[in-house]
Amino acid sequence: MKTTDIAIVGGGPAGLCAAISAASSGARVSIIERNNSLGGQLNKQTHMFFGSEKQYAATRGIDITGILLNEIKKYEDRVEIINSTNVVGLYEDQIITLMENESKYYKMKPEAIIVATGAYEKFLSFSNNDLPGIYGAGAVQTLMNIYGVKPGKRVLMVGAGNIGLIVSYQLMQAGVKVVAIIDAAPKIGGYLVHASKVRRMGIPIYTSHTVKEAIGSSELEKAVIWQVDGNFQPIPNTETIFDVDVMCISVGLSPLNELLSMAGCEMKYVSFLSGFVPYRYSNYETTISNIFTAGDSCGIEEASSAMVEGYLAGLHAAEKIGKRHPSFEERVQDYTSQLNNLRSGPEGRHILSGINQIERRRDYA
Amino acid sequence: MRIENHPILDFGNRKTIRFYFEGKEIEGLEGDTIASALHANGVKVLGESLFKHRPRGFYCAIGNCSSCLMKVNGKSNVKTCVTMLEEGDKVEIQKDKGGLE
Amino acid sequence: MLEITGVPTEAQIRETFPPIEAIDKGPIAVIECFQEIPCNPCATSCRFGAIYIGDNINNLPTIDIGKCTGCSICLTKCPGLAISIIDGSKSKDYVHFSIPYEMTPLPATGDMVRALDREGRYLIDVKVLGVRSNKNFDRTNIVTLEVPRDQMYRFRSISLEVIE
Repeated sequence: MKTTDIAIVGGGPAGLCAAISAASSGARVSIIERNNSLGGQLNKQTHMFFGSEKQYAATRGIDITGILLNEIKKYEDRVEIINSTNVVGLYEDQIITLMENESKYYKMKPEAIIVATGAYEKFLSFSNNDLPGIYGAGAVQTLMNIYGVKPGKRVLMVGAGNIGLIVSYQLMQAGVKVVAIIDAAPKIGGYLVHASKVRRMGIPIYTSHTVKEAIGSSELEKAVIWQVDGNFQPIPNTETIFDVDVMCISVGLSPLNELLSMAGCEMKYVSFLSGFVPYRYSNYETTISNIFTAGDSCGIEEASSAMVEGYLAGLHAAEKIGKRHPSFEERVQDYTSQLNNLRSGPEGRHILSGINQIERRRDYA
Repeated sequence: MRIENHPILDFGNRKTIRFYFEGKEIEGLEGDTIASALHANGVKVLGESLFKHRPRGFYCAIGNCSSCLMKVNGKSNVKTCVTMLEEGDKVEIQKDKGGLE
Repeated sequence: MLEITGVPTEAQIRETFPPIEAIDKGPIAVIECFQEIPCNPCATSCRFGAIYIGDNINNLPTIDIGKCTGCSICLTKCPGLAISIIDGSKSKDYVHFSIPYEMTPLPATGDMVRALDREGRYLIDVKVLGVRSNKNFDRTNIVTLEVPRDQMYRFRSISLEVIE
């Protein structure tokens, strides 16, 4: 059976950073990515990142992939990249099963595993929500920024979180009209600078509004929205109809971590982290020994914190298998303080209270 | 439906790829997935739901949701949103569960 | 209101602007950052130490107008595109207003374009005084416009075409 020191499932921001710090600790690393190239969702983020310099702030997401891959290149001798391969099973005894190109099935037995599988886009229920033309906002971002294809002519954006606001801006950059951004919440959920950016380009934002129904025979033709009250109940006779051929659903992400459930990691539903997430120790290890996790797969946050979590998980996983980085303590301290700093604002407090609910402490007595 | 000018991205000069959708020859570009090439041709309906036969398009575009399953070169249940387009591909709308090749 | 509409109030805007005496002296940065989010490229990119955020990167930036030279680097580094540069030293009737611009096509110097307010509403046609793009700006271009002084607290964006 194929072996390695550390297998990293997912080649997005968290996985790539985990690979860098595990390899720099001296571990042999295999990055397993289902796509045919690395970078994950970074590859469609055309906007500049927030955070501080250490998390590549003011650099566009599309360029961060290259920066991380250059870093990985330094450890070419011990980093293996396995693209176009799905991890289809993760077992308690740390065996993972892989399916390459949907045709070649094999097993791997690493010393440790870091699950950095990211997230998936949530859906919203309303009448006719299955009509073609109703897409995840991230899907539209992929279509535009990776493949260079416009999703349609006129778009209704559902959700005023960061993704909804950013994708609206990117739709305008691609030459697509955004007729409105709506959100059921009474306030804009995303960064207000993103909201101001799209407002001054003429896109209205309707808070306290949700989708009543979609209309169309075989594809989306119209969207009907209506207002909701303080308890998110629709208010009759407040309907507005938009002629749109695309509706983007941007109502949040959920952690993608079935592999951790499968391995038997103890999980908990934590609303501040947007879904079921694994309990974990301060070294990013789950309740199953030598299975680690980092990034959105253990709680939805920003890519900047996913990268820092990745660096930490990589250091810890390597340490666990006896490949302690020469400046392990300093690095752990630095990354931990970066994370604390990122999380010291109003939004970060929610994340911290979420993490508090899943953090396990070891009894060394 | 292609983006012509983009302030941030440069899609470069991409080679044309010819393929067949429902028997008709159409064109995609190098680097396209099957779903992106179809979308660029204005094709949003990729399949039908199993029981009520409602039209299906893609939803997530990154291989999670299985809303984009189509029949490609005779093989059923291909995730067209993450399958790269290749010259001469025969792509068909899938209306049933499909089967093993 | 800003949290509901995405549009800062005029009072918020006036508070953000440097005093008119400073504007009339020469170019100076205006930072429209009203929310504590983890972000500090404006402060780290400033070569003159004019923007301060401090140890907690969630703090709002403060600007030392004595140190700001209006060099525009922060304008291209702000991920929120929240910074503009205003210069009232050139004319009694107009201010020179530089904004970040990430759309195509780019206007050309001398063009008349549609000035928009913070809600995207048309204000007036304004003249493009300059368009700067270079590698360091990383595809965030700087467009400088000649804005009548009575519009300077309302103006914030441009459009090259009529928006319905």
